[in-house]
Amino acid sequence: MPAPEPVMTVFPTTPSQTVGPYFAIGLVGPPWPDAALAVPEGAPGAIRIGGMVYDGAGVEIPDHIVEVWGADPEGRFADLHGYGGPSEHEGFRGFARSGDEDGDGSWSVLTLKPGPVPGLGGTTQAPHLDVSVFARGMLHRVVTRIYFADEEEANAADPVLRTVPAERRHTLLAQPVDGGYEIDIHVQGPNETVFFAV
Amino acid sequence: MSDTQETEDVRVIYDPVVETPTSYGREPADAHPPLDYPPYKSTQLRHPKEPLIYLPQQVTEITGPQLGRGVSVLGELDNDLTKQKQGMPIGERITVSGRVFDTEGKPIRNTLVEIWQANAAGRYQHRWDRWEAPLDPNFHGAGRTVTDDQGRYSFTTIKPGPYPWGNHYNAWRPAHIHFSLMGRAFTQRLVTQMYFPGDPFFPYDPIFNSVRDEKARERMISAFDIHATVPNFSAAYTWDIYLRGPGATPFEEAF
Ligand SMILES: [Fe+3]
Repeated sequence: MPAPEPVMTVFPTTPSQTVGPYFAIGLVGPPWPDAALAVPEGAPGAIRIGGMVYDGAGVEIPDHIVEVWGADPEGRFADLHGYGGPSEHEGFRGFARSGDEDGDGSWSVLTLKPGPVPGLGGTTQAPHLDVSVFARGMLHRVVTRIYFADEEEANAADPVLRTVPAERRHTLLAQPVDGGYEIDIHVQGPNETVFFAV
Repeated sequence: MSDTQETEDVRVIYDPVVETPTSYGREPADAHPPLDYPPYKSTQLRHPKEPLIYLPQQVTEITGPQLGRGVSVLGELDNDLTKQKQGMPIGERITVSGRVFDTEGKPIRNTLVEIWQANAAGRYQHRWDRWEAPLDPNFHGAGRTVTDDQGRYSFTTIKPGPYPWGNHYNAWRPAHIHFSLMGRAFTQRLVTQMYFPGDPFFPYDPIFNSVRDEKARERMISAFDIHATVPNFSAAYTWDIYLRGPGATPFEEAF
């Protein structure tokens, strides 16, 4: 499917700039100590999703931010504008931000495993999270999705995954591990993660 | 605060009155800087080489975190960076204010705006910043606020200094304040930098110039505004921010 033409707008958007190396001052840490928690610690059904972020030389990117946004297990969002009304899970924010303060290139968020949500043209989207990655050296965010490797049937029918070349789909699949899922993000390189134009 | 009140606060963040588009417009290719931009050396190993795959916007993309007042730690002094410590920070006190709009000029209300910046000497209070400029014990350099019903935001802060960096010989960043905008949908998310008018470092900064269109670069520069100055208190700069607006096709019909 071809992308629609860019729209002519009255007011063009403000351009993006890099998040730079020092975002922890403002985006994570003291100003927002629970930024990485899409649900409170100890919430029933909470899972940890995380991994590493690598550059094109396979080196960890320490100064990165990973943000996730997704539905709750019933496919409802922490937003009125989803389907079926807002999530009823107490304290579910749907959004989490992991900024690497340890400097080892890792990221990790706590959330609920999303359920399937309706897709275009009567399709059903497999459980997934939308992901933004920011870093020093990136002038604009990149967007990817996280799917779950143990949702084989749902993944096979997912309208977005089906547009991704089969040999690259694995870069979007989080693997089950103790207490959650693991997936690395390769900004560049032989295992480059699939990134999307939204 | 009782449990009941906390629950009510969380409900307040859903704003059913806001008209939410069913899709957001695609932007022209030069609206944002390229991810691969050799003059900014760190982009070299940090840009994808495979083409981006077109993702039709669906429910996950047109919804977004309604953080507004729901941010757990949004404190009263979060938008006054000059009052977060014991004493007054050193430097030129300024008010930075403006409005957040979409590309149709509709204000985006109740949305989170986060900023961070260097102090007056150009030094960040961050352990990785090793530049030999003084730290200011009275300045941390982070602020957050939520836009009002007109999409307005306002910060009181100190004018940040320019600072050197290692991109190339004698590289300097023009003075800037980092801005993070949530918008109201995943699709509207934006991280950018606000600059000050007439900065002599503009022609030499690859990050500023990574935005190839001159008119687009101007949209990152604030304006000195004598009318917004607070007499005997602060000089003022105003800066409006535009996030993506409604697209042409409602997403249900896009197939
Ligand atoms: Fe900076």
